[in-house]
Amino acid sequence: MYPSRFRYEAPRSLAEAIGLLHDNGDDAKVLAGGQSLVPLMKLRFASPGLIVDINNLPGLDYHRTDPDGTLRIGALCRHAYLEHSDLLKTTQPTMAAAAPLIADPIVRNRGTLVGSLCHADPQGDWASVVLALGGSVVARGPGGMRAIPLGDFVTGPFQNVLAPDEIAVEAVIPAAQGTRAGGYLKLERRVGDFATVGVAVALEMSGETVTRAGIALTGVGGSTIAARAAGDALTGRPLTAESIGHAADLAAEAARPRTDHRGSAEYKRHMVRTFVTRLLRRAEPAAERAA
Amino acid sequence: MIIIEEEPAGSGVDIPVRRITFTVNGVKKTAEVEPRLLLSHLIRRGLGLTGTHMGCDTTNCGACTVLVDGRPAKSCTMLAVQADGHEIGTVEGLATASELHPLQEGFKEEHGLQCGFCTPGMMLAAKALLDANPDPTEDEVRWALSGNLCRCTGYQNIVKSVLWAAAKLRSEGA
Amino acid sequence: MSQALDEIKIGGLGASRKRVEDNRFIRGKGNYTDDITLPGMLHMEILRSPLAHARIKSIDASKAWAIPGVHLVLTGEMMATSNLAWMPTLSYDTQAVLATDKVRFQGQEVACVIADDPYIAKDACEAIEVDYEPLPVIVNPEQAVAEGAPVIRDDKAGQESNVIFDWEVGDAAGTDRAFEQADVISRLKLHYPRSHPSPIECCGSIADFNRATSKLTVYMTTQAPHIIRAAVALVAELPEHMIRIISPDIGGGFGNKVPVYPGYVCSILASILLERPVKWIEDKSGNLISTGFARDIYLDGEMALRRDGKILGVRMRCDSDHGAFFSDAQPSKFKIGLLHSAFASYDIPVAHLTDRGTYSNKAPGGVAYRCSFRVTEAMFFQERMMQAAADDLGMDQAEFRRMNFVRDDQFPHRTPFGFLTDSGQYGKCLDVGLKAVDYEGFRREQAEARKNGRLLGIGISTMTEPLGAGNSREYDILGIKMFDSAELKVHMTGKAIVRTGARGQGQGHETTWAQIVSHELGIPAEDVVVEEGDTDTAPFGMGTYASRSTPVAGAAVAMVSRKIRAKARKLAAHLLEVSEEDVEWELGRFYVRSAPDRGVTIQECAMAAYSNMPDGMEPGLENTAYYDPPNLTWPFAVYIVTVEVDPETGVWDVLKLVAVDDCGVRINPMIVEGQIMGGLTEAYAMANMQFITFDADGNCVGSNYMDYLLPTAWETPGFELHSEVVTPCPHHPIGAKGIGECAAVGGPAAYVNAVMDALSGTGVRNIDMPLLPDRVWEAITYHRDVSGAPPVRSDD
Repeated sequence: MYPSRFRYEAPRSLAEAIGLLHDNGDDAKVLAGGQSLVPLMKLRFASPGLIVDINNLPGLDYHRTDPDGTLRIGALCRHAYLEHSDLLKTTQPTMAAAAPLIADPIVRNRGTLVGSLCHADPQGDWASVVLALGGSVVARGPGGMRAIPLGDFVTGPFQNVLAPDEIAVEAVIPAAQGTRAGGYLKLERRVGDFATVGVAVALEMSGETVTRAGIALTGVGGSTIAARAAGDALTGRPLTAESIGHAADLAAEAARPRTDHRGSAEYKRHMVRTFVTRLLRRAEPAAERAA
Repeated sequence: MIIIEEEPAGSGVDIPVRRITFTVNGVKKTAEVEPRLLLSHLIRRGLGLTGTHMGCDTTNCGACTVLVDGRPAKSCTMLAVQADGHEIGTVEGLATASELHPLQEGFKEEHGLQCGFCTPGMMLAAKALLDANPDPTEDEVRWALSGNLCRCTGYQNIVKSVLWAAAKLRSEGA
Repeated sequence: MSQALDEIKIGGLGASRKRVEDNRFIRGKGNYTDDITLPGMLHMEILRSPLAHARIKSIDASKAWAIPGVHLVLTGEMMATSNLAWMPTLSYDTQAVLATDKVRFQGQEVACVIADDPYIAKDACEAIEVDYEPLPVIVNPEQAVAEGAPVIRDDKAGQESNVIFDWEVGDAAGTDRAFEQADVISRLKLHYPRSHPSPIECCGSIADFNRATSKLTVYMTTQAPHIIRAAVALVAELPEHMIRIISPDIGGGFGNKVPVYPGYVCSILASILLERPVKWIEDKSGNLISTGFARDIYLDGEMALRRDGKILGVRMRCDSDHGAFFSDAQPSKFKIGLLHSAFASYDIPVAHLTDRGTYSNKAPGGVAYRCSFRVTEAMFFQERMMQAAADDLGMDQAEFRRMNFVRDDQFPHRTPFGFLTDSGQYGKCLDVGLKAVDYEGFRREQAEARKNGRLLGIGISTMTEPLGAGNSREYDILGIKMFDSAELKVHMTGKAIVRTGARGQGQGHETTWAQIVSHELGIPAEDVVVEEGDTDTAPFGMGTYASRSTPVAGAAVAMVSRKIRAKARKLAAHLLEVSEEDVEWELGRFYVRSAPDRGVTIQECAMAAYSNMPDGMEPGLENTAYYDPPNLTWPFAVYIVTVEVDPETGVWDVLKLVAVDDCGVRINPMIVEGQIMGGLTEAYAMANMQFITFDADGNCVGSNYMDYLLPTAWETPGFELHSEVVTPCPHHPIGAKGIGECAAVGGPAAYVNAVMDALSGTGVRNIDMPLLPDRVWEAITYHRDVSGAPPVRSDD
């Protein structure tokens, strides 16, 4: 319950923060919400020599939509802001469905979406949502700025591609071409539990036709899984009972679950199929009636 | 009065500390702390405010819940240095000099506590709920308290306690 | 005309008096062990074993000693020089304080560090280097007795296997004959998984040895301070009068805070060596992985049935897994606690029970967690077997139970295992429950829903719980009889203080004991202060667990109040200048029978005890009572749960829960209901999500709150409580029975039976608790039973 010793800096500008990271390399960790990092440090699974606390950096707690429809979420935007966001409730169904399911209401007051993406926990919920939406992480370093699609951003459990002197400053969800539909379902045994299985479905519809489909899976592999074949199978056609069933099968195939105390691999695969089916049926009531 | 130690503890080792300034229950405080000190330990040991309790080591139980700038946070999962420049509210700050907060009254009226260990955290999480939503439904209360574990009561009376307090606050505000 | 007081108004029996304890807790002014700071206090942290079974080749603590701020590093080897590396357990075994030769479970205490603050102590623990040589691991009884299994307790001379005991009770031959007569034999096998009481507050102690006075004071999270004092006197070989155990406010006990833990012993030794107070507060991971767990027992049960549903006999073969040391906290005569209270609710002529206890590479324990010494297991087995039997007979669940109930006119009733139950109205409780849940209506709704593929289920569970251990003929812990005590002092102005040998952890004793005094003496409850927990001032008692306090300590409070009243009667006669035979009593007042307007209040009698005594009377109005209960008390309950199961996901939700509890006279109805709701929630937790298991290497799954799941307010269902049925205890001075654990005892089977009922028709007979979604789904999909016994399955 007691972290090992470390040095601590609370920079007041992004440039200062980047400078600190640059000078300390691998020995430094960025602290934003701290709801994943501090618990790890208390159990001594993480013992960075320097903590760079970015909570004093101004102007990073936003989430807003650009005129072109791009959604931007700042590094200090707390889960709670997203949970209570009218913007999300009206324009981002997948995100709005996931936000209340992150951890518990008190943790949501501190934890951040961008921090969650950087932490890259395979059982993290936001990663599936952002992956399904085709989102990216924007990083800033001494050399400038770069946007990294989330699929490239995470390279393994708790591993991302950020250089030691880069800070993630924003998550970006690209504008939708059509009408958004979708949601997030999480099998958790109680509030605050990690997902046994989580499924994010993010669709864009033009009339009855699916113009874009992203499906991503939480907790059924070494990292978040993009069920690309499932998404592709839905694109360019209406949702029917048949196409839904086919996509669900493909998503289940994409899962790489392990048998453990949360359930058998077979069960988890089945839950992927079940959740994909339920989410797609909700997106297309006609398909649900036919089912 | 300052006592000069003959052999100061941990002699010979210079442990860097950081000076922080914050308010606790409206009172300004200054402290010098190691960066690794948890906020809950600053509150309990540094300030002697032992109403904030610690029950787990994985940020689940919520017994350590305090208000940071009015919003509930698990103080075991914040560093004390992060309190610099912020307002901390603990259970000791709920009552005024002469009156209990309606939440405190409600918990007593409706038998919302048994061993009392989770109670401060519950009341502060409930306070934040009622500040934002003065007329919550039972579901909204349960949802708002789902980050605070109780082992004794089965929650039903805790919900009644919060609804009692909500009703009293509404009638006082009317 | 009576001038008696209104008992409810003054806070007597039956008053839902608001709690005295709340005044400090709602202000954050509780005084829990970790809240206490003593001058010069040091802090202790424990280093625990990462392995479940391994030889210790070496321990190098040199780097730990070198850390500034470290005062002492204790290892098993050092403890051994003071003969403290091992200590006796409450079950006549020995338990390692700090490991010497081997570690025998993951999380076992290996060393401890005492330093200026706990951060430094933790740093030093991390710097201790231990060289382990892994050994094969045992995680269940089958492995324990398998050919070639390693002997875990090779420290015990003469221990050549992993068997601790074989125990049996009942009539084997008679039961065999009953089975020969049976038309139907119903069989059920299941595992009641390891679980942990997990109060929110962890265990801890502050040991303070004062060299100047030679007195050892220990503040400690203990439900039984006097037992601790006796144990410390034994283990540390200190004189008993120089040991003071103070149990301050406790943040939940549930049995977790009864045993003597190595951390307490180490803190005491450290304080003696360093002559400074030493505080040890464990963390939740330490608490879950090493302290007194509960359950972990396997049942192979059979019921012999007549075609019309009459139970002819019951046979139970059990295997209990006690972990690495046999340290169950239970009455010494019963190796497996009161497991043989099973089937006390039903009129069964003959039964036989065996239990084999084995060691394993897990934390020690077994009796804890709101169980009244394994009555949780007894009643769970009872109700799960009843469920299976009714199914096998094709009978209605409610009617099968009803026809086998002990009838009202059969009390006192001798159960097949020898208990004497004395009172109850079982049929009436069932009636109330079935009506409240609209049983007939639900069955119709269930049938309709099934046509649409929806799975609804209803589960019934009943329990008769032996509470109030216990009479001195049969009950003792380490030879100390299980009476309890109360001391009452009435001051000259009629205010009073009562102290008992109990030690509440949230049950509201400060409120309810005053209510008993109020009932007996008419002193307003608010004029009576209650104290517990300090062995220097409290009369000797055996503490609070197993729901024994109202039955035993509460009885003592009533008895000492009556002693006070008897003396007050003499004072009243003196004040009224009549003989004692002419004096009558009504609540709060003595009066002259022939002239009722002439009377004196109890307060006036109190004043007289100090200022106007009759000749020859000893002054003062104070007394003590020790109560040896003639029998246990026997509360009864019916719990009915309705659920809906999602066949696609295995997730189930509670639709309604009805609880009908008959616990005799209720001192404080509000507090009684609080206890029931707490128990129903722990029952829900056990049935739905909570358990501890192990993988094949003995790694503990469920050693922190990420894996050991307690339900939040969001998952926990609402409860409908019924109190219409009141059958007073015939022998308790105020007719009360215990209640604290009833719902934890009877609740789990109600939830499980409901899910089983929803699955009826699939051929599934049993899913082990917790009924996690994956298990329920597997049962529905494959029409097979699902076990949860360790080792937990994995891909490897």
